[in-house]
Amino acid sequence: MEHFDAAPFWLSFRLALTVTVILFVIAVPVAWWLGRTRSRLKPIVEAVVALPIVLPPSVLGFYLLYALSYDSPLGAFFERALGVKLVFSFTGLVIASCFYSFPFMVQPLQSGFEHLNPRMLEAAFLAGKGSLQTLFRVALPNIRPALISALVITFAHTVGEFGVVLMVGGSIPGETRVASVAIYEMVETMDYTQAHLYSALLLAMSFSILLGVYVFNRNYRKHLGWRDD
Amino acid sequence: MIEIDVRKRLDEAQELQVSLHIESGSFTAISGPSGSGKTTLLRILAGLEGCEGTIRVDGETWRDTTTFVPPQRREIGFVFQDYALFENMSVEKNLLFAADDRPLAEELLEMTGLAALRHRRPATLSGGQKQRVALCRALMRRPKLLLLDEPLSALDPAMRRKLQEEIARLHERFATTTLLVSHDPAEIYRLATRVVLFEAGRVVREASPQEAFLRTAGSRKFTFSAEIVDIVEADAAYVAVVAIGHQLVEVVLDSFEAATLSPGDRVRVGAKAFAPVIG
Repeated sequence: MEHFDAAPFWLSFRLALTVTVILFVIAVPVAWWLGRTRSRLKPIVEAVVALPIVLPPSVLGFYLLYALSYDSPLGAFFERALGVKLVFSFTGLVIASCFYSFPFMVQPLQSGFEHLNPRMLEAAFLAGKGSLQTLFRVALPNIRPALISALVITFAHTVGEFGVVLMVGGSIPGETRVASVAIYEMVETMDYTQAHLYSALLLAMSFSILLGVYVFNRNYRKHLGWRDD
Repeated sequence: MIEIDVRKRLDEAQELQVSLHIESGSFTAISGPSGSGKTTLLRILAGLEGCEGTIRVDGETWRDTTTFVPPQRREIGFVFQDYALFENMSVEKNLLFAADDRPLAEELLEMTGLAALRHRRPATLSGGQKQRVALCRALMRRPKLLLLDEPLSALDPAMRRKLQEEIARLHERFATTTLLVSHDPAEIYRLATRVVLFEAGRVVREASPQEAFLRTAGSRKFTFSAEIVDIVEADAAYVAVVAIGHQLVEVVLDSFEAATLSPGDRVRVGAKAFAPVIG
């Protein structure tokens, strides 16, 4: 117990928070477009967005490793122009996690937007409001449960990822050794006491987060005056 | 004056083709079978759907070959059949979101008896209350044109009656040029000064509600559309049980009529030389 190291948890938390904020900014416009478009491109964009759900993390991790490495134009550009190393670094982890968790942010938001009454949005246009004001003052506040789900599930999913971070980040203490990777190493080195402790902590955290979301959604319905039928 | 001359394809078979002039400050009803393009016309006027042709309101062009004024700048009040209130806002905020005009919001809330409900969320209101909020919200921007798309069709008859009175009062107060889509002749008779009848995307008739609805064929004093519920044989004749609205009546048929009609048929029931008593 005396050598309990909180660094991997802290790193997981930082990674998840960074990814959630970045993905929120990217995913809201994408989901808003997907939720309202009648374009023939929609299924293609949807398929691309959903890919990380079905791809084995090792496949995604391999492609990302390849794309971010010095041998690829992208990796080389970042290294030369900005002096940023993309593989085996925290920055690389953030980029990889953004790809990996993208559908978990987009899909709940898209579903929320799709279930909005389109006439409510039209009423906002007729009230003189443009697309941006309608999005932020009418659409997003009216999909609050979907919004909370998207944020929390993205956060939790990023904390929980393993394969992609291991491939792109490796296990550098304080840099890329997140909680899930730390547990894997503990089991490999047969440090079961620590593995138990870390696992139990992750389990408790994940459960509390999910419980929080469901309690919030239930109270939100009541707050709006909806009856649970 | 509102000048409308628009065309739009409704589906493969039908095209909406409407040319109408509407007096400023008037109250016009649009009636006709479902799918005849009434709602589409309102949506075109609001700028929610595109069209070919021209729309001019008080000399200002909203739509022609080179112009398309977006809904945000059209000065339209629109009341949807399903209210479409902003669920995340209180009654008062729904109004103020449309225009930050507190005195007007106050007046509208007072006029419609919503003042006590100002802090309530839409989901906690009854259908009639929601529709009042939708009406008030539509009037907040002092629109040039108020579009009502079957606003009362989801309400019970007593509530419809009350809201019709409120719509009439609001129209009297603000004199907003109003277009009402409605299937209810009584409602149109009470509210509108003119009625436009639609069929398959075309205007088939423009008349006063009196001319349009108080007409009876030939020498008949009353005609009602009705449905035959049952035909029973009684002595030498036949008696048809006919439903006129919720009222059942018996009508004597001869054997030829009895043979050509059957339960479920839609018919017209008329009476001649008949002195009604209202009691």
